[in-house]
Amino acid sequence: MSDIAEESPFRRFLSEFAASKIALGGLIVFTIIALAAIFANWIGPQNPYDLAQLDIMDGRLPPGSKSGAGYTYLLGTDDQGRDMFSGMLFGLRISLAVGVGSAIFAACVGTTLGLLAAFFGRRTDAIIMRVVDLQLSFPSILVALMILAVLGKSVMNVVLALVIVDWAGYARNVRGIAMVERKREYIEAAACLALPWRRIMFGHLLPNCLPPLIVIATQQVARAIALEATLSFLGLGVPITSPSLGLLIANGYQYMLSGKYWISFYPGIALLVTIVSINLVGDHLRDVLNPRLKR
Amino acid sequence: MIELRGVSKRFGPTYDAAARVTRGIAARFGRPQKSETVHAVDNVSLTVARGEVVGLVGESGCGKSTLGRMVAGIMPPSSGEILFKGRNIATLPPDAAKDAKLKVQMIFQDPYASLNPRLRVADIVGEAPRIHGMIPPGQFDTYLDEQLRRAGLDPAFKRRYPHQFSGGQRQRIGIARALAVQPEFLVCDEAVAALDVSIQAQILNLFMDLRRDLNLTYLFISHDLGVVEHLSDRVLIMYLGRIVESGATEDIFGRANHPYTQALLAEVPRIDARKRHFTAIKGEIPSPIAPPSGCHFHPRCPHAMPRCSEEAPVSREIAPGHHSACHLNDRR
Repeated sequence: MSDIAEESPFRRFLSEFAASKIALGGLIVFTIIALAAIFANWIGPQNPYDLAQLDIMDGRLPPGSKSGAGYTYLLGTDDQGRDMFSGMLFGLRISLAVGVGSAIFAACVGTTLGLLAAFFGRRTDAIIMRVVDLQLSFPSILVALMILAVLGKSVMNVVLALVIVDWAGYARNVRGIAMVERKREYIEAAACLALPWRRIMFGHLLPNCLPPLIVIATQQVARAIALEATLSFLGLGVPITSPSLGLLIANGYQYMLSGKYWISFYPGIALLVTIVSINLVGDHLRDVLNPRLKR
Repeated sequence: MIELRGVSKRFGPTYDAAARVTRGIAARFGRPQKSETVHAVDNVSLTVARGEVVGLVGESGCGKSTLGRMVAGIMPPSSGEILFKGRNIATLPPDAAKDAKLKVQMIFQDPYASLNPRLRVADIVGEAPRIHGMIPPGQFDTYLDEQLRRAGLDPAFKRRYPHQFSGGQRQRIGIARALAVQPEFLVCDEAVAALDVSIQAQILNLFMDLRRDLNLTYLFISHDLGVVEHLSDRVLIMYLGRIVESGATEDIFGRANHPYTQALLAEVPRIDARKRHFTAIKGEIPSPIAPPSGCHFHPRCPHAMPRCSEEAPVSREIAPGHHSACHLNDRR
């Protein structure tokens, strides 16, 4: 009896999510990637940013070569003699931090503005949504490039650029969802109980908008990681001292056709696997959380 | 206790900047776009005395739910005044307005849509009293249990979510939520229409018990004439945003004056009339965007005269406490 009584919507959701093998696989892969990125210091044989550990003589060694210090370069080295495997782990850390961080910030900003627009309507709605339209009418890569060109290269500036690019998508989506929820009787009931508007908005409206929002957020994390990689590849993203996956790919790009494929290839695979695993999770989340798609 | 003076509610499309610009251009080139305004409630005045049960009857789309929402303070009226205990709610200072709002609570039609699916029963019922600081902190649990028990729910279920309850139980949760802020006036908007007949009876009995125990006043909105006749002291008949007839329940059901009321009552299925063929009131309810001129009922009225399409009848007292808005009464 007690477990029926305690059955929360969250638990139902967990059991439904676990029913799909592919999504569960995606989640497991993503967890491994995230753990590898977090514990990069302990997993990687080398700290690629510690110049004392690098040997320029080891530059551009193919995968499986032995290093002077005795360990194996599993995935080869780049032109500075950095171990690609270690470099990728540290690069993943930057990529994930930037992607997840910017997605969370953008979600907070976009959700708040979207809720305000839906809740108050009229002029508030008009002003916020016209800004959103303006924002969405520019290609996101162009806006990000402009912001970074003005602010200069740094990890925080990349996060800021991604937030400025991405918040509008959240705002538009959240507004749409919230407009539907706002018409429901439980919101009228909350108004009838004279609850303060902040409480109705964040305590009643927001929790009921969360399921689709989680789906959007997952997909936006993948998008942000890809966009950051693009920016870094173009040389306007993170600085050379904290290379992300995109920058690693850019570093090896010029050697691609000279047979030294591993410098770009393995970071590219890591980027691909990361984005695919996040998208698998996101797609299945959408199936589980959207009642209209349920069989 | 509640008095409405000339209350109207109009719904019109809201135009954003872009729409206003295009409409402006269209008007500039001689194509003014007409604005479609719905007069959901049109100049309604009524009073409800303390302890009374007033039934509000009308077809779907006649504005009775909108009227109920204005009384409950969920929607502001477009024009007119709503007075609670003689004071206009719109002009009260914020704190007094909040208190007045809490004294009028609403029971909703759909017990599935009216409960927040992400909150536990304890939070649905307990949130408002806690936020408004109505209960000393130490007594909160006892208070909550008392509210649930009064609405006929077992307090042991308070950690559950709405989806774990049946329709009737959900409606009881809605009632407990309203009672928890100690209201004096309940607006029941089709509160039993979504329930099974056996459950309807339970909920209606609960309403009547609460009326006796808590000295509640009701505005009971329904299209179910049987329910209204059973419960109400007084009945208001609404047609396309206007109150066409009002009076004591016996007067309305025994001596209906307005042709619309007569037509409504004639079609109530009764055991003694089961062989009869029912003739629906002819025609559809007209669109409230373009209501008929004069008396809104004239296109469907069997007694319609030329005057009915020209002039809207005013409500006049045809017997003590019995008002009707029909030109036929002028001939007597």
